[in-house]
Amino acid sequence: MSEAEQTVGEADLHAWADGRLAEGRRAEVEAWLAAHPEEAERAAAYRALNDQLRAHYEPVLGEAVPERLESAALRRRRWHAAAAIAGWIAVGAAVGGVTGWQLHAQRVPVPLAQPDSPVIARRAALAHATYAPEVRHPVEVGADQEQHLVAWLSKRLGAEVRAPRLEAEGMTLVGGRLLPRDPGPVAQFMYQSAPGRRVTLYVRTEGPDQRETAFRFAREGNVRVFYWIDRKFGYALSSADLDRDELLKLANAVYQQLNP
Amino acid sequence: MSDAGSLIALIPRLRRYARALVGERAAADDLVQDTLERAWSKLHLYRHGTDLRAWLFTVMHNVHVNQVRASRPTTALDDDMPELAQRAVQGDALLVRDLERAIAVLPAAQREVLLLVALEDLSYDETARVLGIPIGTVMSRLARARDKVRVSMHGKGASKLQMVK
Repeated sequence: MSEAEQTVGEADLHAWADGRLAEGRRAEVEAWLAAHPEEAERAAAYRALNDQLRAHYEPVLGEAVPERLESAALRRRRWHAAAAIAGWIAVGAAVGGVTGWQLHAQRVPVPLAQPDSPVIARRAALAHATYAPEVRHPVEVGADQEQHLVAWLSKRLGAEVRAPRLEAEGMTLVGGRLLPRDPGPVAQFMYQSAPGRRVTLYVRTEGPDQRETAFRFAREGNVRVFYWIDRKFGYALSSADLDRDELLKLANAVYQQLNP
Repeated sequence: MSDAGSLIALIPRLRRYARALVGERAAADDLVQDTLERAWSKLHLYRHGTDLRAWLFTVMHNVHVNQVRASRPTTALDDDMPELAQRAVQGDALLVRDLERAIAVLPAAQREVLLLVALEDLSYDETARVLGIPIGTVMSRLARARDKVRVSMHGKGASKLQMVK
């Protein structure tokens, strides 16, 4: 034991507590500890602290992972960059091939499946389902007062909003309304085609840390929604009358108009 | 598994370490988020086949050190500055658990070593690599951290001190 005594040092106590000693060495150290109760108590306390730490923080492992961390792991925040590089180019072939619609060398975000927690899509679809069927009061301010409408909504949202012109897509502006939301209100523009098919554009302001996202698609009941974030606004384009491809084409037109 | 899949799988481990390191939940998750974002931008530096978790701890360490430095521009993570980077301890001591408080009042450099070894079960060698310090420094910080925790939790004297009975 006297031989071990010379060689058992501070590091051995820690290595013993951490279970980091090789088999033979552990026996030596334990023999030494048996003869040195003060150090043995200290080493035991170190080991007990390890157990306490693990027990104390173990519940964190079982907690639901916040969505923002999963997004960071999936690099969702970098969609902006990914879409800018890959999407603008690839989407022409992908979408055009399916729908017969061709891009004209324009920048268009990529439609992605897999929406994550699409609150904006749900709210937009709900608002659409509420007001689009209205015959007498579909909007608060009609398109005949478009200037007033846009100025009013811009003032209430605290940011300059615009009503895209979609005549080229066969859609004319019906008007718009203000919707409640916490924090801050939301603007809804309504468009209508000659056969009476309706589309609503839901526009809300986003926090300063929001980046651009690609188009994402969601379906709430019979309402289809394309939604995206572009600089300080979140947009959602909803319709129960248009199919997915028609709505995507329209979403692209809206995006182009708002990003001249 | 893909890089993203591997990262997702490791989030709970990163959160546990971050929680113990900075204490408060939101701040800990901020650290994890910053770590994941930085990991993506530094992924080309990760050597596939090596321990991804250890590499992420290195990334987190660097992010954390930068944040600590940013908040205290004139100090550095150093053993000689024991008052550095102490976490704010909630005012009502009765509500603060002894263990959390004992960890919280450690200097950041010692806290990191203690948590990597005791909580995350890294070897001394891995800990040295994660933190970019010699293994001797790992051992000395570990010893100091453990003695301080013992003192603050049980009033036990550190190894070189005698308690007055």
